[in-house]
Amino acid sequence: MENLAQTAMQNVNFWAIMPSLVLTCFGMVLLLVAVFSKRGHTTHIAWLSIVALVVTGYFAYLGWNNPQFGFAGHVALDNFATFFNFTFLFAGGLTILMSDDYLKREGYPIGEYYPLILFATAGAMWMASGTDLMTIFLGLEVLSVALYVLAGLFRNQLRSNEAGLKYFLLGAFSTGFLLYGIAMIYGVTGTTNVADIGLYLTSHPAVLGNPMTIAGMLLLSTGFLFKIGAAPFHMWAPDVYQGAPTPVTAFMSAGPKAAAFAAFIRILILGLGGLHAEWGPLLWLLAVLTMTVGNVVAIAQTDIKRMLAYSSISHAGYALVGIVAANEIGLSGIFFYMLAYTFMNLGAFAVLVLAGKEGENNLTLEGFAGFGYKKPFLGVAMAICLFSLMGLPPTAGFVGKFYIFSGAIKAGYIWLAVIGVLNSAVSLYYYLRVMVYMYFRDPAEDFAWVKVNLGATISLVLALIGIFYLGILPGPVMELAKLALF
Amino acid sequence: MTEHLISLMTFLPLLGVVFLLFFPRDNEGLLKGFTLVVTLITFVISLPLAFNDVFKTSADMQYTEFAHWISIGDYFQMNYNVGIDGISLWLVLLTTFIMPIAVLSTWKAVEKYTKGFMALLLLLETAMLGAFVSLDLFLFYIFWELMLIPMYFLIGIWGGKNRIYAAVKFFIFTAVGSLLMLVAIIFVYYQAIQAGMPLDHGFSIADFYKLSIAPDLQMWLFAAFAFSFAIKVPMFPVHTWLPDAHTEAPTAGSVILAAIMLKMGTYGYVRFAIPLFPDATQAFLPFLSTLAVIGIIYGALVAMMQDDVKKLVAYSSVSHLGFVMLGVFAMNIQGLAGGMIQMVNHGISTGALFLIVGFIYERRHTREIKEFGGLAKQMPIFATIFMIITFSSIGLPGTNGFVGEFLVLVGAFASDLRWFAVFATSGVILAAVYMLWMFQRVMFGELKNPKNQILKDLSLREVVIMVPLLVFVFWIGVAPNVFFEKMNPSLERLIEQVKGKQQVAVVEQVPMPGHMNHE
Repeated sequence: MENLAQTAMQNVNFWAIMPSLVLTCFGMVLLLVAVFSKRGHTTHIAWLSIVALVVTGYFAYLGWNNPQFGFAGHVALDNFATFFNFTFLFAGGLTILMSDDYLKREGYPIGEYYPLILFATAGAMWMASGTDLMTIFLGLEVLSVALYVLAGLFRNQLRSNEAGLKYFLLGAFSTGFLLYGIAMIYGVTGTTNVADIGLYLTSHPAVLGNPMTIAGMLLLSTGFLFKIGAAPFHMWAPDVYQGAPTPVTAFMSAGPKAAAFAAFIRILILGLGGLHAEWGPLLWLLAVLTMTVGNVVAIAQTDIKRMLAYSSISHAGYALVGIVAANEIGLSGIFFYMLAYTFMNLGAFAVLVLAGKEGENNLTLEGFAGFGYKKPFLGVAMAICLFSLMGLPPTAGFVGKFYIFSGAIKAGYIWLAVIGVLNSAVSLYYYLRVMVYMYFRDPAEDFAWVKVNLGATISLVLALIGIFYLGILPGPVMELAKLALF
Repeated sequence: MTEHLISLMTFLPLLGVVFLLFFPRDNEGLLKGFTLVVTLITFVISLPLAFNDVFKTSADMQYTEFAHWISIGDYFQMNYNVGIDGISLWLVLLTTFIMPIAVLSTWKAVEKYTKGFMALLLLLETAMLGAFVSLDLFLFYIFWELMLIPMYFLIGIWGGKNRIYAAVKFFIFTAVGSLLMLVAIIFVYYQAIQAGMPLDHGFSIADFYKLSIAPDLQMWLFAAFAFSFAIKVPMFPVHTWLPDAHTEAPTAGSVILAAIMLKMGTYGYVRFAIPLFPDATQAFLPFLSTLAVIGIIYGALVAMMQDDVKKLVAYSSVSHLGFVMLGVFAMNIQGLAGGMIQMVNHGISTGALFLIVGFIYERRHTREIKEFGGLAKQMPIFATIFMIITFSSIGLPGTNGFVGEFLVLVGAFASDLRWFAVFATSGVILAAVYMLWMFQRVMFGELKNPKNQILKDLSLREVVIMVPLLVFVFWIGVAPNVFFEKMNPSLERLIEQVKGKQQVAVVEQVPMPGHMNHE
């Protein structure tokens, strides 16, 4: 018995899960703080969550170039996980910064909101550092359950209810697919460890053509493609993004998407790399479909939140291009792009959070008429975020797209790159249209309700610094993304 | 000083933007004055280029600066790599020369959000200068795209009635082309890496020139580059954004658009598309020359039918740029030199025409030709200047336009494009028709309209704006050699390079299997 316990403890390495562990502990403490706080007083919880993220950032930083493995190979805190961890931390941090005044304005100053964001971030970290299908699945569930609650947070609002319920139902459904896929892969290879699956498939090439392997791969991919919001599994995204509280939407479009990409990349490249001939063409097609659907439908939107939801779908399509390329540049391009996207999308959402009236019915194109003149700083910030989303230099969005498409071209997928840039051209139209309303129309209102608060301003400034830093001097971060490759 | 001259010149306007942000929003005079000073200093900084005789003898890049910018392990290297040779020399000077004039033209015309307007003008200057001096394709692309943003806002915020449509159309047209070019740039980069170019040379065009890319690949790559530049030139049939953009843009915007930004397209052909892909150029030559000639004649015919003076000038640009392209495609020294000087000429005379249109628009708030008539009696100074510029635009001997068009046609006649030249010549006649007819209807006849009877002649500021342009109309017209002698070495090298590579390619093609050779 003693020997068994010793063996078990040898395998336990808390350093491998330290970032998410710290974050979870903070989350639980903050839950208690929320219980003992006066109703409606949440500001201190928000700032404490920021402290939690900063402390977690320190522990996440310890994992860089210092890979930790633990729990019998179920978890790895390698450079790959660490790079993504920072993306999640930025996503969580920017979200929390913009949330406090927003929640009060909308009449839901709920203390539990912040721990939930922390739990979601911790779940995302587990997905990125999971090296076993089961740990990845656990991470996905932790992340998703927190998000289901967050999406439906405004419990007296029909829109928010719809978002929560829809996300939950479809999410549960897709989780089913994912589990079924895991089961099949396990059935074929006899293991759920990603690296072992890869080894098994390379040493048993005959299994590659087995229908069960293919079916497992397809089901597994379906689960992740749903989370990423790739067409044709994107149907939930617009409704959920539009209905959820705006900061939650901002978080959902960046953090969980990056997490799903992280786990998807690890599984596809490390585990199912031998099946590239199968999933390559499939993802090629889905990348094209996702980009096109996202961009074309976004043109028809008049609600900016919904437009950004479709734009987020199309950005998932751009990132898929990197997976299809499956070479170093394409993959590290995705790592970089997810970070860049976090900054540019959360920046745009921070402006929306600030510009909204109570009830947020004014976040339409018409509602933004002349916004740039009445609120010059917010207008310029929005314009910069939109230019970055378009992919124009010298912003982070351009560099990200440049790397991903370079990867595709290097791997010989020239048409995919051409379709990608043509899609960017389509996207110009709807991003420009926001600017048309902000600057080329006369102000219809005075936007007196826009109260700039400290948190959201910090969040916006951080986003802008990120956009320009990654856009003008991308070298250092890109170097990190390169080191993050396993 | 001289070793960083180009950087200083390129980024000084950007520095100006930073200072401008701290200026009070409502002090119009201060904002405009400061911007004028910044553009004038930029011009002064660029002046040593004009007086440097090294361009007469050397075809090499001068004033080069090099610094590593972005390096990502063994994936990519982007460099800050700039320099000037005889090809970009006069275009850079044209830019620094036109900018103060454009700023002066806003004195009375821009009254709302002046701060934003001035900041965008300066940002635009940095982007344009950067594009002309870039010797690294990645750097060039950054500046090339950066140009779009300020111009988009200039048209969209300060433009005319249809400004939103024009601004969005301008943006999307230009961006679509350049996105495809981006794919081609990345592709060429990988070709260069494969061919053994050292990684730390980055996207250096000097290295890219040395590549010998397979002719069938060249076709695609050239098509991507050529399409992007053709939109910017603009060549028929992708010119449709231009009349809208020109007509709706504020005067300063039109002047910059016509005088400098359109040259980006033609410059792109000369600097990138043709020398990078000589075989494809040869193959596309008949097609592109046809488009150039169609542009010349079509632009002229449509210009003739316009009721709006500004639209007329806009369409005349399509026609004039057709001449430039024809000269470039002639690929001999006369044609190329003619094309290059015609770029400068068009910058001066069309820029001046837009200023003139601006003058009468500021006075009457209309640009309809039929609203005018007999202005010559009321505004004699204006009439004189307008006439000189009209002659320059038509290409009357003694003015700059003649030198350019004559050389273009001589070059075209001397090359394989003889028959294209024959048709293009009719463009010269048509130009005389639409310009003189317009001039007659606006300036001569009876001064019937009472609103025109109270018009004031040009103010001192307006004359000051026009005089430098007039000086160059005659200078280039009478003594063009000053300008040619500094661009000839670079142009000769270019022709050598293109012709040389074509021959090499032909020699290489001989041992190829029969099915590869389409002829």
